[in-house]
Amino acid sequence: MTDQLVWRPTASWENLKSRAQQLAYVRGFFAERGVLEVETPLLGRHGVTDVNLEGVAAAVDAAGVSGGWLQTSPEYHMKRLLAAGSGSIFQVARVFRNGERGGRHNPEFSMLEWYRVGFDDTELMEEVADLVCGWLGCDRPDVLNYRDAVRAIAGFDPMTIPPHDLYQICQQWLEPEQLAGMSRDDCLDLVMSFKVEPELGRARPVFVTHYPTSQAALARITSKHGFPVAHRFELYISGLELCNGYWELTDPVDQRQRFEQDNRRRRAVGKPEMTVDQAFLSALDAGLPACSGVALGLDRLLMLKTGAARIEEVLAFPIEHA
Amino acid sequence: MASYSTNEFRSGLKVLLDGDPCIILENEFVKPGKGQAFNRVRLRNLMSNRVWERTFKSGETLEAADVMDQDMEYLYTDGEFWHFMLTDGSFEQYPADAKAVGDTVKWLKEQDVYTVTLYNGAPLSVTPPNFVELEVVDTDPGMKGDTAQGGSKPATLSTGAVVSVPLFIVIGEVLKVDTRSGEYVNRVKSS
Repeated sequence: MTDQLVWRPTASWENLKSRAQQLAYVRGFFAERGVLEVETPLLGRHGVTDVNLEGVAAAVDAAGVSGGWLQTSPEYHMKRLLAAGSGSIFQVARVFRNGERGGRHNPEFSMLEWYRVGFDDTELMEEVADLVCGWLGCDRPDVLNYRDAVRAIAGFDPMTIPPHDLYQICQQWLEPEQLAGMSRDDCLDLVMSFKVEPELGRARPVFVTHYPTSQAALARITSKHGFPVAHRFELYISGLELCNGYWELTDPVDQRQRFEQDNRRRRAVGKPEMTVDQAFLSALDAGLPACSGVALGLDRLLMLKTGAARIEEVLAFPIEHA
Repeated sequence: MASYSTNEFRSGLKVLLDGDPCIILENEFVKPGKGQAFNRVRLRNLMSNRVWERTFKSGETLEAADVMDQDMEYLYTDGEFWHFMLTDGSFEQYPADAKAVGDTVKWLKEQDVYTVTLYNGAPLSVTPPNFVELEVVDTDPGMKGDTAQGGSKPATLSTGAVVSVPLFIVIGEVLKVDTRSGEYVNRVKSS
């Protein structure tokens, strides 16, 4: 059958109804807790600098703005609202990530992102558990730090393993010539994807916490057992990565350095550098209140709710049929 | 030669891997949150028929393999090669060796049409249609009164293939056979 003949939705009506119920549940959850719903641009002037995130370039031509990007996350705009004094906020946003299509990925997807002023990562994890377990009816998650997760499942210490040994381990998936240009984090991601992740949250949900600082993104960094760690957490249920949260970085100097570092990495792997969003940095200069924030994949949450094996079972029209 | 990047990978795509033409059977995209993306790919090596599992970093490329399927009529064998002819009116002929013909040899009937997979212009494999009709050249005599009950016997077909048939089948009958399972389907006509 050719693609143009497929006009019907790939999701069942039952799953599409469950999607509507999930949205109502989420809005009710935050209304009850007094968290304000906001909407920020899906179409922004800037993309992100993250080396592993590709935005979808737009072709805007209006008000002197040309080009633009479909946003990979509403994070920068929401942080500008926080800096402007919004208090705790949430958003259900469509976000876009180029090149991502698979059983758990569609280049356009629904993200629930929220920020809690005054919360640290531990408090926000409690709220994530309330939201997720309240909807799925699952057990409350265990908490496992990144180092222990890798040690327990992959059998080595990600903080101390010598580069040569890590390369050796990675050769079960990649040829030596493929490994040549890979950073330590790329190698750890490989182990995480193929070895650790499938085992996470099998028996009951689990939060993975305290990532290596090189994988901090926008998280605060503190020290744990003599190693600097990032206050970043992810929730896994049945091997599915559901959310990514941070005790947010509020230091504009540190943030600038991370953007520059991202662009250096992009240059090193031959990707175009991204223009840094100065409005976002100005917001940080003005002062982002101490807060924690998290982004949760609503399509994946719905996959867990409905028992779907692939994301297209919960999407009306995945990209091939969109 | 064209090449495909990981974003273009999909099942059915024919690519070169380690110098051999392969067909992608399954392509799974894997990516941790903000980390490096990978494609886990299952491919069948069209030379050896073995299934390989390989991992690629997002953005890696594979060269396209010059592999295409063509409908061709089987003409004859000279003992070393089996000769096929394009059905597009060009009368262009292709000799396929024993390796390319493989197990399909037992379903080859002159003037029937087969799918010949060409690699760099030479036959790589020959696939029979799902059903072929072949004459029985040898089997034990039919037993009357045994038509309703089960029971089967071997029958040798004109191509040399041996299939299991009901007891009532006799020499000279033409049978429809499923080439995928090698099983008898029904009688086409009686002699």
